[in-house]
Amino acid sequence: MRNSNEIIDDIANREYEFGFTTDIEMEMAPVGLNEDTIRFISAKKEEPEWMLEWRLKGYQAFKKMQFPKWQHFEMPELDLQKLSYYAAPKKKKQLNSLDEVDPELLATFEKLGIPINEQKALAGVAVDVVFDSVSVATTFKEKLNELGIIFCSFGEAVRTHPDLVKKYLGTVVPHSDNIFAALNAAVFSDGSFVYIPKGVRCPMELSTYFRINAENTGQFERTLIIADDNSYVSYLEGCTAPKRDENQLHAAVVELIAMDHSEIKYSTVQNWYPGDKDGNGGIYNFVTKRGICKGNSSKISWTQVETGSAITWKYPSVILQGDDAEGEFYSVAVTRNKQIADTGTKIYHLGRNTRSRIISKGISAGHSDNTYRGLVQVGPRAANARNFTQCDSLLIGDRCGAHTFPYIESRNSTATVEHEATTSKIGEDQIFYLNQRGIDTEKAVALIVNGYAQEVLNQLPMEFAVEARKLLSITLEGSVG
Amino acid sequence: MLTIKNLHAEVDGKQILKGINLEIRKGEMHAIMGPNGSGKSSLSSVLAGRENYTVTQGEVIFEGKNLLDMSPEDRAREGLFMAFQYPVEIPGVSNLHFLKTALNEIRTYHGLPAMESKEFLKLTKEKQQLVDFNANLMNRSLNEGFSGGEKKRNEVFQLAMLDPKLAILDETDSGLDIDALRIVAAGVNKLRSADKAFMVITHYQRLLEYIVPDFVHVLYNGQIVKTGTKELALELEEKGYDWLKEEVHQKESV
Repeated sequence: MRNSNEIIDDIANREYEFGFTTDIEMEMAPVGLNEDTIRFISAKKEEPEWMLEWRLKGYQAFKKMQFPKWQHFEMPELDLQKLSYYAAPKKKKQLNSLDEVDPELLATFEKLGIPINEQKALAGVAVDVVFDSVSVATTFKEKLNELGIIFCSFGEAVRTHPDLVKKYLGTVVPHSDNIFAALNAAVFSDGSFVYIPKGVRCPMELSTYFRINAENTGQFERTLIIADDNSYVSYLEGCTAPKRDENQLHAAVVELIAMDHSEIKYSTVQNWYPGDKDGNGGIYNFVTKRGICKGNSSKISWTQVETGSAITWKYPSVILQGDDAEGEFYSVAVTRNKQIADTGTKIYHLGRNTRSRIISKGISAGHSDNTYRGLVQVGPRAANARNFTQCDSLLIGDRCGAHTFPYIESRNSTATVEHEATTSKIGEDQIFYLNQRGIDTEKAVALIVNGYAQEVLNQLPMEFAVEARKLLSITLEGSVG
Repeated sequence: MLTIKNLHAEVDGKQILKGINLEIRKGEMHAIMGPNGSGKSSLSSVLAGRENYTVTQGEVIFEGKNLLDMSPEDRAREGLFMAFQYPVEIPGVSNLHFLKTALNEIRTYHGLPAMESKEFLKLTKEKQQLVDFNANLMNRSLNEGFSGGEKKRNEVFQLAMLDPKLAILDETDSGLDIDALRIVAAGVNKLRSADKAFMVITHYQRLLEYIVPDFVHVLYNGQIVKTGTKELALELEEKGYDWLKEEVHQKESV
């Protein structure tokens, strides 16, 4: 087996003939995707051979796959051969001061109450003051270590806990699951790894925010969370502030594994750049998120608040394999201007007495399109499975769209599957009523929308919920009138 | 407090108000009565600033300011309150959260700091007892699943909380049984004071047995055709509106 240095040498030699551009500041793989790119990435990350093999399997799968055609939106033209798959350290264009930042972005930071240094970091301005969170992170890590909790970057886990990674990687989202998952398998940049040992209840919300090396993992992030028997963890992903990001395609993968009597709660607030009013620019957020309740009486709960991205296309799913396992999906998806969301969940009831609950709240404004798509599947062994789905759409204005595509497949006659759906508009009467009590129209809309999303927001950890509420209000500013 | 001069308004191109003149002073209770379609609710809608009504002529001065120039929320912040005939439901927004938002919006407008939670809760309790409002309804979503009577009582509770200068009660008695009517009326009576005025729009004299008006105006065909005291309401109860209509038509034909 070749060691990584040899691979690097090898690549460094080839680099020239293939035109790798190298300088001290930045190393970039040439545009395009092929085996060499993947070897290059793996070598740069000093990965063991097995990791490279796995990436290459992903790449082989990817090559045979086509873009799906069933989505309820027009697929933008994406030439995956035109992207660059490695840039280390990935540098964003540095701005020198906040004066160079888009004033609209600053106004939003202001409204969200984000501290000045954080504003700078989010907007890509060089920050010379060290974040408080670094010291927070250190004390934080010590505490987690004491409990045997592993919380580190994916790359670090590959080095320090290869057995765990090998055992679970790709067991929930295989490398050949779908074209974006295959792409991620081949070229994933970094991400988070969490392992909660048996019987441990993680005493704090785990968030990438607290991880020092959380930056620059963006585009092809890969997260793996394992909750061993009788453990509990709550994980927060994302940030309520709008993130400046030059990557247009985001194809992340998240895998959750819950063993006997364990629980994983995964919360996302997504506010990537949605593009301008006319739909130019913006992120394509094509993410594969799936969890498996492997053990009996285990539980996985997804909560997502999606307000950003030009296109949000994802279905955080749960496989209920263990008996008495429970899956939940709570979602608020807001679209405005020309944004598109095609999101929902898939719940597979395999074990006996498995239960699931789906609460989806779509809010559409402007010229946007908002789709709920969900699958509830009950297998032949899943006696007494129960599902309840509630899927509500709220329309603001008369140029947006709300669509619902629920799929139900039941192979067990003792299962109970319920689906409720409503579509409503924010009524002029409601707004006038609030106006008459001294509340202006923007606040009125925010109040109505927050009320509408209440059931989902209640699922978020408290501080996150407060931010999410603010975010909802800000997102919909100027949507009415 | 409120001066309405020659007010004309239309909705969907149809003339609804055809020259209303009315003066309301502090401490007064005015009742507006009239047959169906006479323009009673349109008058309240125009005063509150409902969007689909267009004022074509006339003016309304409220506390020295031109009311018609103001947005609906500013009218509310200046102290005009309307108890709705059909209060809306807003799911997921608690009654108290809504009221706190409203109260603080009004305070901000007047340059006052937001009310502390403790103080707000104290006020809530006080007003809830004053108008005999069910405390269980305060934490429920705004009007969601409330009975007709509960919604109307909630309007009076809000009136108590927001403490406006002028309150318009738009057919607050409609759909209430006699017990609910008594409670609502009692609440309103407790809120009467020397610096507050009321405009009570009603179809029936019944409400006026409990809320005794200083003046009764009869609206017909977009105009106030008769003004009197509470005796006029009794007369209307007895004789109906037809005699008034005839009177108006006779005048017109002269």
